[in-house]
Amino acid sequence: MITAFIQSSIPLGVPLLFGSVGEIVTEKSGHLNLGIPGIMYAGGIGGVIGAFLYEQACGNQLANMNPFLAVIIPLLVSILFSVLMGLLYSFLTVTLRANQNVTGLAITTFGIGLGNFFGGSLVKLTNSELPSVILTKTSGFFRASLPFADDLGWFGRIFLSHDFLTYVSIVIAIVVSLILNRTRIGLNLRSVGESPATADAAGINVTRYKYTATCLGSAIAGLGGLQYVMAYANGVWSNDAFGDRGWMAIALVIFAIWKPLLAIAGSFLFGALCNINNYLPGLGIETKELFKMLPYIVTVVVLIITSMRKKREYQPPQSLGLAYFREER
Amino acid sequence: MADVMTKKHTHEPAITIAKRDDLVWWKAWLIRLAAILIGFLLMGFVSMMLTKVSLGEVFSMMIRGAFGRLFEGGKATMLWKFLQETAILLCLTLAVTPAFKMKFWNCGAEGQALMGGLGAMICMLELDGVTPWLHTVLAVVLGIVFGAVWGLIPALFKAWYGTNETLFTLMMNYVATQLVAYYVLIASKGLTVIRPVETGALPVLGNQKFLLNILVVAVTMVVLYFYLKYSKQGYEIAVVGESQNTARYIGINVKKVIIRTMVISGAIAGLAGVLLVAGTDHSINTHTVGGLGFTAIMVSWLGLFNPYIMAAMSALVVFLNIGAAKVADTFFLNSSYADIVAGVVILFVVGCEFFIRYSVKFRHTKKEARS
Repeated sequence: MITAFIQSSIPLGVPLLFGSVGEIVTEKSGHLNLGIPGIMYAGGIGGVIGAFLYEQACGNQLANMNPFLAVIIPLLVSILFSVLMGLLYSFLTVTLRANQNVTGLAITTFGIGLGNFFGGSLVKLTNSELPSVILTKTSGFFRASLPFADDLGWFGRIFLSHDFLTYVSIVIAIVVSLILNRTRIGLNLRSVGESPATADAAGINVTRYKYTATCLGSAIAGLGGLQYVMAYANGVWSNDAFGDRGWMAIALVIFAIWKPLLAIAGSFLFGALCNINNYLPGLGIETKELFKMLPYIVTVVVLIITSMRKKREYQPPQSLGLAYFREER
Repeated sequence: MADVMTKKHTHEPAITIAKRDDLVWWKAWLIRLAAILIGFLLMGFVSMMLTKVSLGEVFSMMIRGAFGRLFEGGKATMLWKFLQETAILLCLTLAVTPAFKMKFWNCGAEGQALMGGLGAMICMLELDGVTPWLHTVLAVVLGIVFGAVWGLIPALFKAWYGTNETLFTLMMNYVATQLVAYYVLIASKGLTVIRPVETGALPVLGNQKFLLNILVVAVTMVVLYFYLKYSKQGYEIAVVGESQNTARYIGINVKKVIIRTMVISGAIAGLAGVLLVAGTDHSINTHTVGGLGFTAIMVSWLGLFNPYIMAAMSALVVFLNIGAAKVADTFFLNSSYADIVAGVVILFVVGCEFFIRYSVKFRHTKKEARS
């Protein structure tokens, strides 16, 4: 029972982990990207489009699909989509110095619209005969897990039975943490987020760092959408199914006080919180709705606690949300 | 642009950006209008490619979608619906505006409106044996109070501890959604849909279901305009927004202003919820507000803190939404096409502010080559 609970909670946490690590990278450059929910939708639908086109290209010989291509094509299209969204966001906020909150929200509207639009119209636009977008075959490749995992009892089921993107998400979080804290690039990036004017004076190319961090962050976050639709939802795109996970990922950034390693723990904790209503015995359907509040309430409590304890390590990057214009004092 | 930038130059960059002094108002508006127009044309061309009809056909379809058969002597039901949606979006926009002017990012209008609707709904369903007019008044009051409380909670923590309000208010949206989901299941005894009830509903003016809503929002708009522009409290909001230190220096109680403004903000959002539940739907579900609370944030910013411009911007966004939905509907495309269209046009308007605030100068390459 507990094993099943943990095993089923982990996939729920993975999109949150991708989203929050992507947002951490972005925020370290001083940009509060509220477009992440939309970018995750775009990443998800990018994967769907890639997989759909590849399955179409294979036609009737679905059995002959090359497993490598079946994974790499959706992956690349997904990354392409989210990077394009990231570019759009950074062009508007870095080059055109537009308001970050408003731009982010507009990107979210746009991205969710993009996802639902292609999800609902892909079949119609390509004149295919399929009734709807169901990519079970491709999803099978994404869901492939270690064959001996189930033989290892609870340990295997909790730690080894997941799709490969789950492990990718953890690796990315660790790598990002190392880069941020142990390399010169990370130091430069953090200085850009804390005080772009100082970084600029020190000879760091602020614009380039901001662009790179935002696009990289978007690419990471977009993988969350890909994992959700391909691994968790069995390759079935249904509109708005991804829901508000993007916002939860943004909230997780604060929960993790801008540390990717804490984001790992936070994501799986949130996954469990989203899942707990299915596993507590004796809950009525009404009470289940109340239990679905838990992740949000926990976020609020964490927000309040971190703001009450004004330690310097717990604070956001100092120039977060502010546009940088060199000639301004 | 990219190749110009990468060329070797020793003296000055190819493009220089300088901050402008205040641009003449009509020039600024010309830029904004051009941005909207470019956005429109771009989406028109995209629609053209998707649907394979002419540009004119796309736009006339959008206009018909939004305004219906008004121009052909019809009953103008579509126009009323257009006005109703504009009014609700405007009401939510007005709600977030005082908070924005204070630089308090209230992203929770969605939840505050849902709570307002929930308050009205509870009053309409649970209250018994009250005179009809009192029942309605109580529903309105309870709704507004619910909305105000939902705005008050993040404000208190912002004022006391400086808690990040963007995320706090965002999270409150989802708590509100779950509360509504919970109440719907309780009130409908597990049926997941509340049957419309007439007790405590707002009266219908002149046989037009939406007229009262529109009037209420119009009055709110005018009142808010004067409140922000001419009242002492409106001035305090502006000062706190510009600089909290200045505000403290001239003796404004910043905490009090934050809390008071957010109560007002939440109350107006609650009013929007009341209008939706007690005025139009007479029922509630988790999609009653339908994301308008988020759209309102963008509209408020596009409206430059001026309620009248916001009314125009609300109308524009609603027009885009309904019109694009009509285009999508006609060609069996997904209705989310409307979100894409609205998103693109808004991005254009957001981006064009740059050209209002900064001037861009290109270097004349020939002259520079000699020096």
